[in-house]
Amino acid sequence: MAEPRVIVVGAGPAGVRAAQALVEAGLRPVVIDEGRRDGGQIYRRQPEGFGRNYAQLYGTEAPKAQDLHRTFEALRSRIDYRPETLAWNLTAGQLHVVTEGARAGVLPFDALLVCSGATDRLLPVRGWHYAGCYSMGAAQIALKSQACAIGRQVVFMGTGPLLYLVASQYVKAGAQVAAVLDTSPLSLRLKALPALAARPGVLWNGLKLVAALRSAGVRILTGITPLAIEGDDASGVTGVRVRDAGGREHAFDCDAVGLGYHLRAESQLADLAKCEFRFDAESRQWLPRIDEDGRSSVRDIYLAGDGARILGADGAEAAGQLAALAALADLGRPHAPGEIPRLRARLATMDKFRRGLLQAFPWPHQLASALPDSAIVCRCESVSAGDLRHTVRELGADEMNRAKALCRVGMGRCQGRYCGHAAAELVADAARVPIEQVGRLRGQGPVKPLPMSVPLAVEEA
Amino acid sequence: MSIGSLKADVVIVGGGLMGAATAFFLRQRAVSVVLLERGLVGQQASGVNFGNVRRQARYLPQLPLAHRARDIWGRLPELIGHDAEFIASGHVRVVYNEAQLADIEKHAVDAKAWGLDLEIMGRTGLLERFPFFGREVIGGSYSPNDGHANPRLAAPAFGRAAKRDGAQVVENCEVRHIEKFGTDFRVVAANGLTVTAPVALICSGAWGGEMSARFGEPVPMATKGPTMAVTEPMPYGIVPVVGISSRIEHEGVYFRQVKRGNIVFGGGRRNPAYLDERRANVNPHWTLAQLHELRRIAPALGRLHVLRTWSGVEGYMSDDLPIMGPSAKVSGLYYAFGFCGHGFQLGPGVGDVMAELIATGATTTPIEPFHIRRFASTAAAVPTMVHA
Repeated sequence: MAEPRVIVVGAGPAGVRAAQALVEAGLRPVVIDEGRRDGGQIYRRQPEGFGRNYAQLYGTEAPKAQDLHRTFEALRSRIDYRPETLAWNLTAGQLHVVTEGARAGVLPFDALLVCSGATDRLLPVRGWHYAGCYSMGAAQIALKSQACAIGRQVVFMGTGPLLYLVASQYVKAGAQVAAVLDTSPLSLRLKALPALAARPGVLWNGLKLVAALRSAGVRILTGITPLAIEGDDASGVTGVRVRDAGGREHAFDCDAVGLGYHLRAESQLADLAKCEFRFDAESRQWLPRIDEDGRSSVRDIYLAGDGARILGADGAEAAGQLAALAALADLGRPHAPGEIPRLRARLATMDKFRRGLLQAFPWPHQLASALPDSAIVCRCESVSAGDLRHTVRELGADEMNRAKALCRVGMGRCQGRYCGHAAAELVADAARVPIEQVGRLRGQGPVKPLPMSVPLAVEEA
Repeated sequence: MSIGSLKADVVIVGGGLMGAATAFFLRQRAVSVVLLERGLVGQQASGVNFGNVRRQARYLPQLPLAHRARDIWGRLPELIGHDAEFIASGHVRVVYNEAQLADIEKHAVDAKAWGLDLEIMGRTGLLERFPFFGREVIGGSYSPNDGHANPRLAAPAFGRAAKRDGAQVVENCEVRHIEKFGTDFRVVAANGLTVTAPVALICSGAWGGEMSARFGEPVPMATKGPTMAVTEPMPYGIVPVVGISSRIEHEGVYFRQVKRGNIVFGGGRRNPAYLDERRANVNPHWTLAQLHELRRIAPALGRLHVLRTWSGVEGYMSDDLPIMGPSAKVSGLYYAFGFCGHGFQLGPGVGDVMAELIATGATTTPIEPFHIRRFASTAAAVPTMVHA
């Protein structure tokens, strides 16, 4: 029997552990990586010629980063690694890729493991289209990759663990953090403690981060309502205005803002593969349906890591390995079934913690529905909250794809990654229907913008 | 839940551009109408096509209908309160070789007799006007008053205007049964709604053949999906719609720039489309093939990025002409479907003509070549549905 063709998309924690399990079972998987080097976003490597050590780059997570990088280095000669390669489309049994924006290829597969990770979940606020406004993840990448800060004086606003992590990384790197502004009230964090105690080490690290920020003198406000990012077209961001839980307004001067409300799954490939999705009420987002081990509803498609559900890096490592074992089992290949119960148990712990995080740092959907008409929701296409409400109330669009067709929301470069969630909240609110009823933007290729200079594709055996 | 029953002068099955426009023009003539749409108005082929408002290179006997449609395109704001982003941008059809140049020259002569003025340009003249064309382009045919519009907006705007003027537009309403009892048609929808009307009009696009077959008038029809895409925006500068006259299928791409800057393109090979799924998927190979052809026509396009691709379900008749007019078998029954991927421009005209035909029994615009009876003799021999 010919060796099954297995492709792993992504070389972050899930992708690397998946590739490792496949190699251990005697296969030579193709690993598709959009990045220049392995590590994904969380364990992103610095460019060649940069000399920061692991502790400086990854803090408490340095040993894990080092272990993942070493594992990958050991795998290099035993996998078909394709860096700087975008999986831009997917059809039955075939992955369509573009390498370095210049070479198109078609890769047939018997099993595809999608480890596509997550991006920031963003909530629009008045003024978020000014230059100097970044996502939390982008703020972190600038630091991790290029040793740059996004500004001289930075406000971090949103909610979720990254809010405190990125702010403390900025402080540690010597940047000036003007404020950390959290939409979640402290009371919710206390309530979530029992669930968060599922991973006491992570919880402890989190508490230490907050303490370190406080001792560095960083203003931290919780339970806030974002009012506006101040600025103008010429000079970009100049400040942030919020209202605190007691109703008092606060203004902070800054020249950059990092925004983020926890994460959202990058699920476009699963969508193109026609995987079933389900509405996850806790996180209020649509996620591909997977079984305990990462099997999607489509026979040869497996999903692992934050691209399937947001478990974080440790969870992604376990999920990647487990999905690879599931694929090996389904392909009838020898594998290590003894590992499966341990990995499942580990994921169950991670999932408890995941739900704790959602409780502690909920997506403030009511803020999306309450956006003033003048706030831009879709930055790519300049669609305001008022435009969206008009589309619902006057043009009768009470479903996301209809709203998109009539007012262009989600039609631009990001294809709804950054506005889709808030737009759905606004449509649901204006149409007075439950959020799950407005659906989600249908995934359409290309997964990311495709250069029009790409020549015809070469099909590989 | 009891949905109830409705009565009207006309019941229309299918809320694409044809159905929605007919409903609107029937109201202009004070005819009562119920429009039943399985999903949302304009969601299928009417909403996913290229948006060409083009008359050149049409089947010549279709030009009177196309002229009537073009006149309405220019009056949309006063008629339906929305311009559907129509702009009379001009349409240019280029060629790569002398044989095709001879073809477009002949078409320009023939079209003139049908009231369409086309200007044939050589390479120099073409480049003076439109400097973005590539080296292989040797000439073209320019139709100054053609243009483009936004297909996502047109049919819904007609649907809303029809509703505003008193039509009953029922969305999410799938027709299960349609029969004629005595003098009335009785239409029963999946949600229980019953509509009775002495006149029924089938405007169900690629699904029209299924409907006409129920009345003993099967037609040879295939379903296909266009290969469509849109780029990121760039400064507005390509004014006319651009197409190519070629006998080679994969060369036949076309593009237009919308005012906000994005370039919409389509053409080349088509995709399989499925009536049951109501969807069609773009074959990524055809997209890459389009990029290659687009760079031949306008090399600068190679610097942009594609943001999104899409397809849809279109119905193609075996002779590439639509079905339009009265039934040959059932009195009170009318058809307007199967527009073979070239119905968008015609849509408003089709609505106006069908409303005139239904209300007065005749139309001043000739539509005889599209009558369903042309398939009557072969009806028994052809399968009603072909996937291609």
